[in-house]
Amino acid sequence: MNHENSRNFKVDAPLDIARWGFPATYDVTLKKDSDDIFEDSKVLVNIGPTHPAMHGAFRCMARLNGEVIEKSVSEFGYTHRAKEKLGENRTYHQFVVYTDRLNYCSALANNVAYAMSVERLMGIEVPERAIWIRMMCAELARVIDHLICVGINAVDLGAFSYFLYGYHQRERAYTLIEKLCGARLTTSYTRIGGLMGDAPEGWEREVKEWVKETRDVIDEMDRLLTENRIWLKRTKGVAIFNKEDCLKYSYTGPNARAAGLDIDLRRDQPCMFYDRVEFDVPVAQTGDVFDRYYVRLEEIRQSLNILTQCADRIKKGPIWSEDKRTRIPEKERVYNTMEGLIHHFKFFMTGFDVPTGEAYTPFEAANGELGFYIISKGGPSAHRMRIRSPSFWHYQGLDPMIQGEYIADLVAALGSINVIAGELDR
Amino acid sequence: MNIQKPVSSIYGNWKEKFSSQWASVLEALKNQFPEAIEEVLLPESHPVDIPTFFVSKAGSLAVLRELKEVHGFSFLTDYTASDEGGQKRFHLIIHLMNLSSKARIRMKIQLSEQETFPTLIPLWEGANWAEREIFDMFGIRFDGHPDLRRILMDVRWEGHPLRKDYPLRGYQVFLTPEPIDPELFK
Repeated sequence: MNHENSRNFKVDAPLDIARWGFPATYDVTLKKDSDDIFEDSKVLVNIGPTHPAMHGAFRCMARLNGEVIEKSVSEFGYTHRAKEKLGENRTYHQFVVYTDRLNYCSALANNVAYAMSVERLMGIEVPERAIWIRMMCAELARVIDHLICVGINAVDLGAFSYFLYGYHQRERAYTLIEKLCGARLTTSYTRIGGLMGDAPEGWEREVKEWVKETRDVIDEMDRLLTENRIWLKRTKGVAIFNKEDCLKYSYTGPNARAAGLDIDLRRDQPCMFYDRVEFDVPVAQTGDVFDRYYVRLEEIRQSLNILTQCADRIKKGPIWSEDKRTRIPEKERVYNTMEGLIHHFKFFMTGFDVPTGEAYTPFEAANGELGFYIISKGGPSAHRMRIRSPSFWHYQGLDPMIQGEYIADLVAALGSINVIAGELDR
Repeated sequence: MNIQKPVSSIYGNWKEKFSSQWASVLEALKNQFPEAIEEVLLPESHPVDIPTFFVSKAGSLAVLRELKEVHGFSFLTDYTASDEGGQKRFHLIIHLMNLSSKARIRMKIQLSEQETFPTLIPLWEGANWAEREIFDMFGIRFDGHPDLRRILMDVRWEGHPLRKDYPLRGYQVFLTPEPIDPELFK
């Protein structure tokens, strides 16, 4: 066996992942220190809202018995910005910027999901090039989000250098996004019926180069951490959330797939061109911290595959739909003709009317099912703009997940479900 | 939603894929609960993307249980409400998904302002926070909910922000923090 501590350990040998095979059996019964002198000493510990391990403004109040969490109560809402109310009082176009601030680790995916939901309500068809660019945006956002999640999760448990490997690639991905739309974090790239601007010349080629490098980095990260003994001890069998729990708490995305709940909307309900690309959906069985980590790592690889396929198939063409209702007037016309200027002001101040109707549009964002449920009663703003954010449902499962675990495992569990405060509080 | 215009295939072709399943489920529900089902809006004739049906408050739990256990709509995708005004002011909106076929369905319950609704926690434990959010944002109370506190706003907040008559500007300032109720840990 190619054991990591032996002198003959081959660094470059292919990983024997089967050793940590997914239907794993391990003993999780030992949760209490036998020599704990403070046994039965109950203490209330308040973690957060501004605690470095809490990944944003969350608060978790836990009643401890020794080091074991007996009961915990989670609180959030510290970054509540009334996004749903804003959706009812802003035009559909103005709401694009608010979607960036949902899951700020993958702002592009939120933009794509929002634009798609309004277009679906209006019956607008987006041209092919715009769809390929949007798919690339969504996958780029997924890679960034997963890199952050696995990286920070490892930092929380003490593996700092691992995070830096991923951070470097993330930085380069942000540079790619900057080339696309001029912003790094809050992108606001999509428009209803099109995109803010076309991708620059040769952008697909740069993405492909980045994909090639990232693939190597992911393999390197995998070798660095996945079989590390400390990492395994901290993550295997910790904070198990099995398939039944996932169904009860409506888990979606990688957290559900880590527990064996095999749903991926990209495969099961393909929107855009996801039915034309090939990719696998990684599914684990146990639903512990390790599975959530490893499913995410594997999903990065699949997203990189999708990115290459998109970059190969993307062709030159228009990026705005034929539908003139949502078309932002050309700057050429705005600056040179009176009618263009009036059109410009009318567009940005009054907005465009969306026909009466209601639609729930789900999208497989990085964290899970991100849904925009829009009720329109005509007019330029929605009657009800509901954002079904995956983090809201994931965070709800944290309390039952960490019950009976050590307090140190709370940090591992919270990092592994990747709750984003912006998306949670809306 | 523009129903005259065919929706492009890039949004998933839900109507073609699921219309037979939707029809059979709705037919079975109508036969089993003739009083409970008040109105059915179909994507073929109404501007909705998935079948939307109104259920009376009294029959809603039975309909939900039937949908979950017999028809396989076992995944609670979303649970929210909307303020529609008028006599029956609030609509509770429940989105369900069938995990094997991935068909979705939407159920609505009309409630007047003072009416309460039984909690869905026995069916889906995840409904807990969704109901807290509905209570926080709309002020709808749920019978039998174990912990009906505000969830996004401060516990001392007055008013329910997503009601249509809630003012858009104004301040409520709390200078002291509110500790978590120690009763929760009993």
